[in-house]
Amino acid sequence: MRSKNKKPHLNPPLKGEETKERMVLSKNIISSYTESILDTFSVEKIRRDFPILASRVYGKPLVYLDNAASTQKPASVIEAIRHYYTTEHSNVHRGVHYLSELATQKYEAARVKVQKFLNAGSEREIIFVRGATEAINLVAATYGKKNLKPGDEVLITGLEHHSNIVPWQMICEEKGAHLRVVPIDDNGDIILDEFNRLLSGKTKIAAISHISNALGTVNPVKQMIEMAHRKGVPVLVDGAQAVPHLRADVRDLDADFYVFSSHKVFGPTGIGILYGKTQLLESMPPYQGGGDMIKSVTFEKTIFNDIPYKFEAGTPHIEGAIGLGAAIDYLNLFDWNRVQEYEQALLQFAEGEISAIDGLKIIGTAKEKAGVISFVLEGIHPHDIGTILDREGIAIRTGHHCAQPVMQRFGIPATARASFAFYNTREEVQALVRSIQKVKEVFEHV
Amino acid sequence: MSDLKALYQEVILDHNKNPRNFKKMEDADCSVEGYNPLCGDHYTVFLKMDGEVISEIAFQGSGCAISKASASVMSTVLKGKTRAEAEEWFEKFHHLVRGEMKGETGIDELGKLAAFSGVSEFPARVKCAILPWHTMKNAIEMKKETVSTE
Repeated sequence: MRSKNKKPHLNPPLKGEETKERMVLSKNIISSYTESILDTFSVEKIRRDFPILASRVYGKPLVYLDNAASTQKPASVIEAIRHYYTTEHSNVHRGVHYLSELATQKYEAARVKVQKFLNAGSEREIIFVRGATEAINLVAATYGKKNLKPGDEVLITGLEHHSNIVPWQMICEEKGAHLRVVPIDDNGDIILDEFNRLLSGKTKIAAISHISNALGTVNPVKQMIEMAHRKGVPVLVDGAQAVPHLRADVRDLDADFYVFSSHKVFGPTGIGILYGKTQLLESMPPYQGGGDMIKSVTFEKTIFNDIPYKFEAGTPHIEGAIGLGAAIDYLNLFDWNRVQEYEQALLQFAEGEISAIDGLKIIGTAKEKAGVISFVLEGIHPHDIGTILDREGIAIRTGHHCAQPVMQRFGIPATARASFAFYNTREEVQALVRSIQKVKEVFEHV
Repeated sequence: MSDLKALYQEVILDHNKNPRNFKKMEDADCSVEGYNPLCGDHYTVFLKMDGEVISEIAFQGSGCAISKASASVMSTVLKGKTRAEAEEWFEKFHHLVRGEMKGETGIDELGKLAAFSGVSEFPARVKCAILPWHTMKNAIEMKKETVSTE
């Protein structure tokens, strides 16, 4: 992750008369450092792995900058799903026949891939769900149901996506508990002192995003988890925006729960992951009832299955799990230090180019950021920006990004958001900048 | 850029930049909010009625160029019209932006509203163009509920 504090050789402390000169020097160093990374990363080779990136939109080359909403899929993921349905499909955990055993084996192998991907201690701690949203709902509905009493508190932050607000609101309302929100500062950083202050004896769980979808802020989750644990509060980390940009290590973070969606990490839609510590998962009641989550059923009593199956009622999204496994295999081909270095260089380049546009303001200037540039243009609504960019073949997202409280914090109804993946290029950033200039031309000639 | 030029016509850009009747009306007979939370378009339409006639119309709020210009042009078209005429214009405008112009209405008849003909090529923007009109419709029917077209 880019840290404005952690690269003293790039960002020397500035004082007095030297300031301007050193700023120029510093900018040159940053720019040549960035350039060399952008030049040497083999992004064109990566792009060839993603068939959709070669497509054209309205006759223009697709520039896909909506990765925070969903990422595109490499051919290997698409092929894994096709192969599964062509040669391996049956229901899992049911039959004694060849195909059922094969499908079960593939499904469970995907679980182990996810376990290793997150560095979880056991594959039993990996639960397949529909996505990050369902994972949070599951924890709110089960952990919350068991542990929340009237007057208790759930702590979230002002950066959260609606998915990490609403499930908690719902369970708080049901239980007579209170939702507390840690404020963010003008840069889009969580105010850590406030987080610490709001962790109280009444706090039963804290739920925090690893990376903000609306602003790109990388939150110091490891430090926040430590602070919470000191007060005996377990922490759920919403990793939906983090997994495409960094390698999350749940044991290093000491996260109690970690959730993400497959489709944001180059896998298929409709599947996601809930990681939970064994002891917590075992103590929670089931989420939904049905097949696979039981050991035995009579009309009088049901004995629930062990984890992870206790939380996987019904026939699962088998090809989704296999596709996610294939996405993880694909990601494992890369040196992630190099990928992160490239993504940071691209973000730095993009922020430089975009912020130079007259009348443009970047919303979210946190100390550490990843993958996202949210911006507003003076006098031009984000929706109009989105429409004009779309006709130039550029896909960005406009609106509140399912984070209305973040918009309210900055006093704006919406932003335009460009979000990057490791297959995006410097040329695409330049196309974005040219098109933003076109937006201004359309509006300024009146 | 040709589709874009058809969408962002001079009339629309002008009304976006200099919206007409853009003010709060303190003595309105009815005011209704229109709000599309996904894109953030948010307006209040104010009406003063003289019997069946819309004697004054104004609006306030913020949003994209299409919704703001739509509200502005609407306010200039509907001032002095009766409720029944306003409803007729509502129907015509809908047909226009959905690309469903009926034979009986020529585009010439629409005057400034014809500037919104390009919207039909941008299905995602139809909701922006019609938000002020739906808000106005609730206002002439003296309904108070907030309107959304998302």
